[in-house]
Amino acid sequence: MSASMQELASAKYQYGFTTDILMEEFPRGLSEDIVRLISAKKSEPAWMLEWRLKAYRLWLRMEEPDWAHISHPPIDYNDLYYYAAPAREQPKSLDDVDPELLRTYEKLGIPLNERAALAGVAVDAVFDSVSVATTFRETLSKSGVIFCPLSEAVREYPELVRKYLGSVVPMHDNYFAALNSAVFSDGSFVYIPKGVRCPMELSTYFRINARNTGQFERTLIIADDEASVSYLEGCTAPMRDENQLHAAVVELVALDSAKIKYSTVQNWYPGDADGRGGIYNFVTKRGACRGRDSKISWTQVETGSAITWKYPSCVLLGEGSVGEFYSVALTNNHQQADTGTKMIHIGRNTTSTIISKGISAGKSDNTYRGLVKILASASGARNFTQCDSLLIGNECGAHTVPYIESRNASAKVEHEATTSKIAEDQLFYCRSRGLSQEDAVGLIVNGFCKDVLKELPMEFAVEAQKLLSVSLEGSVG
Amino acid sequence: MLEIKNLHARIGDKEILKGVNLTVPDGEIHAIMGPNGAGKSTLSYVLSGRDGYEVTQGEVFYNSQDVLALAPEDRAAAGIFLAFQYPVELPGVGNANFLRTAVNAVRRKRGEAEMDAVAFLKVARAAIKNLSMKEDFLKRNVNVGFSGGEKKRNEMLQMALLQPGLAILDETDSGLDIDALKIVADGVNALRSARFAALVITHYQRLLDYIVPDVVHVLVGGRIIRSGSAALALELEAHGYTGLEAA
Repeated sequence: MSASMQELASAKYQYGFTTDILMEEFPRGLSEDIVRLISAKKSEPAWMLEWRLKAYRLWLRMEEPDWAHISHPPIDYNDLYYYAAPAREQPKSLDDVDPELLRTYEKLGIPLNERAALAGVAVDAVFDSVSVATTFRETLSKSGVIFCPLSEAVREYPELVRKYLGSVVPMHDNYFAALNSAVFSDGSFVYIPKGVRCPMELSTYFRINARNTGQFERTLIIADDEASVSYLEGCTAPMRDENQLHAAVVELVALDSAKIKYSTVQNWYPGDADGRGGIYNFVTKRGACRGRDSKISWTQVETGSAITWKYPSCVLLGEGSVGEFYSVALTNNHQQADTGTKMIHIGRNTTSTIISKGISAGKSDNTYRGLVKILASASGARNFTQCDSLLIGNECGAHTVPYIESRNASAKVEHEATTSKIAEDQLFYCRSRGLSQEDAVGLIVNGFCKDVLKELPMEFAVEAQKLLSVSLEGSVG
Repeated sequence: MLEIKNLHARIGDKEILKGVNLTVPDGEIHAIMGPNGAGKSTLSYVLSGRDGYEVTQGEVFYNSQDVLALAPEDRAAAGIFLAFQYPVELPGVGNANFLRTAVNAVRRKRGEAEMDAVAFLKVARAAIKNLSMKEDFLKRNVNVGFSGGEKKRNEMLQMALLQPGLAILDETDSGLDIDALKIVADGVNALRSARFAALVITHYQRLLDYIVPDVVHVLVGGRIIRSGSAALALELEAHGYTGLEAA
């Protein structure tokens, strides 16, 4: 590949820059000592350290899962850094944040200055292993909403954290969840008190910057009775030739009549056109609808990462509770995605909706994997699932693996699935009206994803549309 | 002015056009009639640049531009519009969004300013009214669930908004009742001007009752074997193509 071609290819991932900043890193590798160091660095109470160590010892006895439709060379967990943070003292307020970091987030389109910020959105900015800034905290605290880095919540709100951390995704849940429980560094903590409708959109922006470093963030969101919140996360990383690991855990808890809407626009570096580099995105996300008539809605637009392995799920315990999963997963070049959801119906009259749109281009592989499980207790449960796959070109793959288990005869489960290709006549039709080939593909793909994109908050829906088009550049013709 | 000179084209190994010569000056409407398999649709696809049609010989110029060297989208910007025989469905793509994207793509290429959503809606609503269409047309997805007549009307709406200098209608009349036929004809007639030309490809004479052509050409076996006035269409209707093929 010539230098100019390389530039052209790299121009497509516009978040691939690195921030040159003095970092504090722990030694390479993973051991009890590293776990202790992380805990000490965060001035954690003893119970938190014990929890981590328990998870670490569990993890040592577990094996990496091999059931997903993905392949990658073995990961050497002792060759990674587990903690990297800007060397300067953790800032006390926005005014203390390193200007270099502020510039970084500005370049990413996330101004952290409250005056310049997107109206109505509070942001927690996580840079490698730490939260570097959280905006609008005072505005939010007026209505009783807690929005802060998880490491701070461990110290400031230990009773809430102890009650809920690991209650939705237990440490032994899976290999990556156990790893995360041992070494998680930062992430966001949200608590919406009883009856409060969160006055702003909350969002966390995750940035991986340091080389050879894994990011293990952990997010915990609790919506108390009749509370509601809409939360969005975005993610980017520099372009590097080696793969980097991102193993996050997200736990959501919705109590009586509470509503949580969780949206993700995932744009980790996907690797280059030949499949070199990119993030391994191995993430466990789960929400528990514990209260009556509670609702958890996941919306995800996944365009980045070399490998995506994630199944945002809902455990529907409360009577009449509702789980939703809206997903667009787009893979191009050599990307692999194995993603979907689990809807576990336990309470009576619980309902779930799954709309999944997979788009595969280049030489990529895209799998929808889903489980709808209806327990004997879930009388009157209902599920509707729709999985559509769109293929672009002849070298990509789309796979649909739906599991349905129903132990209650009164439950209704519907499943629809389609696979289609962008037809030559659709492209020609658009081009004969003046659209370029790439604009035509973008239009058709966005049309295909419309049912999901309309679930995103307005500002992000526009971003997501652009992202889909950019991610497909060069995939046709 | 459209000039087609000795145009030969094939699909795979099969030669379909075997030397088409045709000139359509601005301001005129020409009809091309011919039996099935004569190459009518091939001619319209070659003119608009569809993949899979290989030009082996000949030239096509539109306003002195070498049409065959242009990508389909650049032909659209140059002012060539193809009304499809079978308009294509685009699920999830709103008609208004599609139309505005197309209009702005063409305007950009022509060096004109893009239209914002408000300005575009105004223009689109006026065009819809002219074509006696319902306003919900703009809200529906492109051609999805449209009846045959609605699809053809949608083609006319696109034509009205893109304001081509040359419209090619590929059997736009097929499957239409008389009312829909009149709407298609009105769409073309509304554009008639000294700077507009049209190539109306049709199997039947009846469309030409409503779009009266200046010249009628008969395409048989990949060549134009006869040209004449509008009266030629009536003659074909009465006697068919069989007698002509021998000529």
